[in-house]
Amino acid sequence: MTTAVSDAAEPAYAARAERRVPPMGGLNPTLLRIELLRVLRNRRTMIFTLVMPAVFYLIFGVSQSYADQDAGRGNVAAYIMISMAAYGAMIASTGGGAMVATERAQGWSRQLRLTPLSPVAYVFVKLLTAMLLGALAVLVVFVMGAFTKAQMDTVGLWVATALIAWAGSLVFAAFGLFMGYLLPSENVMQIIGPGLAILAFAGGLFVPLEDGSTLQKIAQFTPMYGISSLAHAPLTGDSFQWAWVINVAAWLVVFAGGAIWRFRKDTARV
Amino acid sequence: MTTTTTTSAGPSGSTPGVLGGTDLAIAATGLRKDFGSVHAVRGIDLEIRQGEIVAFLGPNGAGKTTTIDMILGLSDPTAGTVTVLGQSPRSAIAHGLVAAVMQTAGLLKDISVRETLELTGSLFVHHVSVDGVMKRAGISDIGDRRVNKCSGGQQQRLRFAMALLSDPELLILDEPTTGMDVTGRRDFWAAIRQDATRGRTILFATHYLEEADEYADRIILVRQGEIVADGTAAQIKAMAAGRTVRATVPGVTAAQLEAVPAADSVELRGEIVRIHSKDSDAVARYLLTQTDAHDLEIESRGIEDAFIALTADAQDDPTTTATSGETS
Repeated sequence: MTTAVSDAAEPAYAARAERRVPPMGGLNPTLLRIELLRVLRNRRTMIFTLVMPAVFYLIFGVSQSYADQDAGRGNVAAYIMISMAAYGAMIASTGGGAMVATERAQGWSRQLRLTPLSPVAYVFVKLLTAMLLGALAVLVVFVMGAFTKAQMDTVGLWVATALIAWAGSLVFAAFGLFMGYLLPSENVMQIIGPGLAILAFAGGLFVPLEDGSTLQKIAQFTPMYGISSLAHAPLTGDSFQWAWVINVAAWLVVFAGGAIWRFRKDTARV
Repeated sequence: MTTTTTTSAGPSGSTPGVLGGTDLAIAATGLRKDFGSVHAVRGIDLEIRQGEIVAFLGPNGAGKTTTIDMILGLSDPTAGTVTVLGQSPRSAIAHGLVAAVMQTAGLLKDISVRETLELTGSLFVHHVSVDGVMKRAGISDIGDRRVNKCSGGQQQRLRFAMALLSDPELLILDEPTTGMDVTGRRDFWAAIRQDATRGRTILFATHYLEEADEYADRIILVRQGEIVADGTAAQIKAMAAGRTVRATVPGVTAAQLEAVPAADSVELRGEIVRIHSKDSDAVARYLLTQTDAHDLEIESRGIEDAFIALTADAQDDPTTTATSGETS
């Protein structure tokens, strides 16, 4: 009690000159660190994004008779490793983006609006977290591959396929954000998870698509197809097709556009 | 950026927004907010000076939260303007000048109390220590606890600690003790009150009358989106109900009773006079100086009665029920 009285002589608060608007909309290392910790602590996220793709690789890539068969500039095990890495990265980045749904449902986004953190900086942190989680998913499967049967001719192929698989997850980080702003639910991933699995089949990540089949013709318009084709091409030696890039670019525009649309609606002052 | 703010000490010296101290904490004029055909706020004019502790008192749905949302820049007024410490609400938030404990704002459930505060603090250029605010909010012992393991009262204290982090000049509390038990409520207010001795401006919304009565310097009563009364707790009580002056006046005459100033109603039983008035001082002065009155008593009704009288529908005449039930 006595301390409070002695403090009363001078105002508690800082001089106005010390109060500045934070640079970069409030973006800072502490925020990023805690956001990453949250993701890494989430057991369900860890199972679905890190453990499951790795286990799939071991089941469908390593322990099958075709694992050592030639797949161009490497073997089939490497092909499946790339598939699972891309799949893991896309699940991870979708989940990272979709975290906004939980935070909106819990009222955290509203709490943040009482701070200097700009909405754009907030979304940027979500994207960054999603991409880092995606990188981790790729890394886990590739390390697993390196220690098992996966084989590619050059180190450059390992790096190129990993980077493409990872970069593609940007599309799904945008997808996750879009869904996160669209669906007012704490369990967005349970809603869109099965959909992602279907997209993975259509993208040829689980079972290779037969060239020229009806399924393949439809599948090439689905969002995982372009990324899957681009990531596998360095290994298989398939000739590059602009259609793949167009597929990725088009879906990025759709998902990012959707995310921006919903984001604007969400942060609009009513 | 920094050079422009430091030039305030220069010869011109006329940058009130930067130096502070001269601006009103909150200035609102003609504030209105419509949600479709619902008029939530119907023209509020408000001036809150720095250092005041103000209660925003009214029943649920009176427009308290809607008004606070506009003060914080969470929503835009349909009409009217509001400035906070001489600047726009969003600018005041970005500079860390104003902080709030809101009913509707949530917490991240998957991080600890300390992490929540570290994260919040990291968003401000100027902030005080995490340990300090934990101590002031009375949550020093639960720093490592996950937010989802905290009780409602502890979460509310965490929100309070978060609001203290930026060391704000203006603190807004929207129904801060909702869901707390009596002890929790008392402790919470003790913490806030201790903090308020430092000169911080505090605006709190409440529908607990006793909170407004006990903790505010000034009460602003809102009903149906309008301010219906504004003053100290004592003034509010008097405004609604006035006071009853009772005295024993031997040999009182009808002429004397008619001459009582500011009387709303006069009652005579034997030698006992009961006068209801909004200016009890004038009545008492008259009785004591112009008549033989003795045993004079001035009775004030509780703020609860004032609240009910002022926030009840307009057709209910508050004075009709004023003096009944006190005759025995």
